[in-house]
Amino acid sequence: MPWTREQIAERAAQELQDGFYVNLGIGIPTLVANYIPEGMTVTLQSENGMLGMGPFPTPDKIDPDLINAGKQTITALPKTSYFSSSDSFGMIRGGHINLSILGAMEVSENGDLANWMVPGKLVKGMGGAMDLVAGVKRCVVIMDHTDKSGKSKLLKKCTLPLTGVHCVQRIITNLGVFDIVPGGLKIMEIAPGVTEDEIRSKTEATLVA
Amino acid sequence: MSKSKVYDSAKAALEGVLFDGMMVMSGGFGLCGIPENLIAALRDSGVKGLTVVSNNAGVDDFGLGLLLQTRQIKKMISSYVGENETFEKQYLAKELELEFNPQGTLAERIRAGGAGIPGFYTKTGVGTLIAEGKEHKDFDGETYILERGLKADLAIVKAWKGDAEGNLVYRETARNFNPMMATAGKITVAEVEKIVPVGSLDPDHIHTPGIFVQRIVTGKFEKRIEKRTVREN
Repeated sequence: MPWTREQIAERAAQELQDGFYVNLGIGIPTLVANYIPEGMTVTLQSENGMLGMGPFPTPDKIDPDLINAGKQTITALPKTSYFSSSDSFGMIRGGHINLSILGAMEVSENGDLANWMVPGKLVKGMGGAMDLVAGVKRCVVIMDHTDKSGKSKLLKKCTLPLTGVHCVQRIITNLGVFDIVPGGLKIMEIAPGVTEDEIRSKTEATLVA
Repeated sequence: MSKSKVYDSAKAALEGVLFDGMMVMSGGFGLCGIPENLIAALRDSGVKGLTVVSNNAGVDDFGLGLLLQTRQIKKMISSYVGENETFEKQYLAKELELEFNPQGTLAERIRAGGAGIPGFYTKTGVGTLIAEGKEHKDFDGETYILERGLKADLAIVKAWKGDAEGNLVYRETARNFNPMMATAGKITVAEVEKIVPVGSLDPDHIHTPGIFVQRIVTGKFEKRIEKRTVREN
């Protein structure tokens, strides 16, 4: 069985290391926070201006002044600090964040990422994604392996406008874990019950041994 | 005795500073920390042809969405506008201009504008649509693009507490773009939840020094929540 969304998030949590400062993107990446291994200290940065993000609030603790980058209500921790957007992106652009886990529409075999627009159709914007992929030390993409019509999202070359070039180091999909290496993508792990043949048939990008 | 910075309504605080075609910076992230009373006063003023610099565009019936409904905005400079259908409709129908800036680039453009820095180099956006037509320059083996500082005719910001000197303190994540915008307006108008006596704010804890704020006003706040999310138990 391919991994579910929760299992992708759980697998992505293995990318965390003790003492890391981490930025989690909107959507499935947010779920990674639920799987931080016990005993590990990870500090979550939210690009709207918060370091040390806590869990979602109980209904009596909702505070409209306290949200995450996905605009969800959130809570603080004893170690929390708040700051402006320019300080926040100083942390990001300045290379102070260890790891960014974010979603994608397409990733190419040389680590290019597209996740912010579909020309003529979807007008949302890049938010902080371009700054994150340009500035954070390591970028891990988590996404479904194929789109709704079954087409590979791991491509030789992205077809959509790019968010960044050569910026992704690892991709975790519902089918497995892939590293960007010279010449293409290397299969690092295969989800339980998935075969390498299935991965090959669903991957347009070059897979190298 | 100089003229007081304290105004008794959002409408009064905008008097004499508005003109059609002006550029306005508006603080906030999503609906958090937006100058909701000043946005409503802008709508009521009828000023039009606005270029609005704001990270987001509000939702259909709150925040900057109010100015989209009345078509007072000609152009938005933003990083993310995904929560607003009116926006998407007007943009796809080519009734509204849009300049997307990466969020960190937008924040830094505003910071630079307020600090007298006309441009800066960043690696954000290199190799993407954002870099097209911009100067590229290599530093230490890496490529960067030139981005320009940004100033506005008017900045409207929201803070938690302020005093008659214009000193401001923000609260939690409602700070976001407000401090930089306060520095980058030719005129900056701040709306605050409480106007406190001068001397009652700890000088060590002031986020925006009063020199950046020309007018200050208090008001009632709805503080609408965009995505109420709770945990079980």
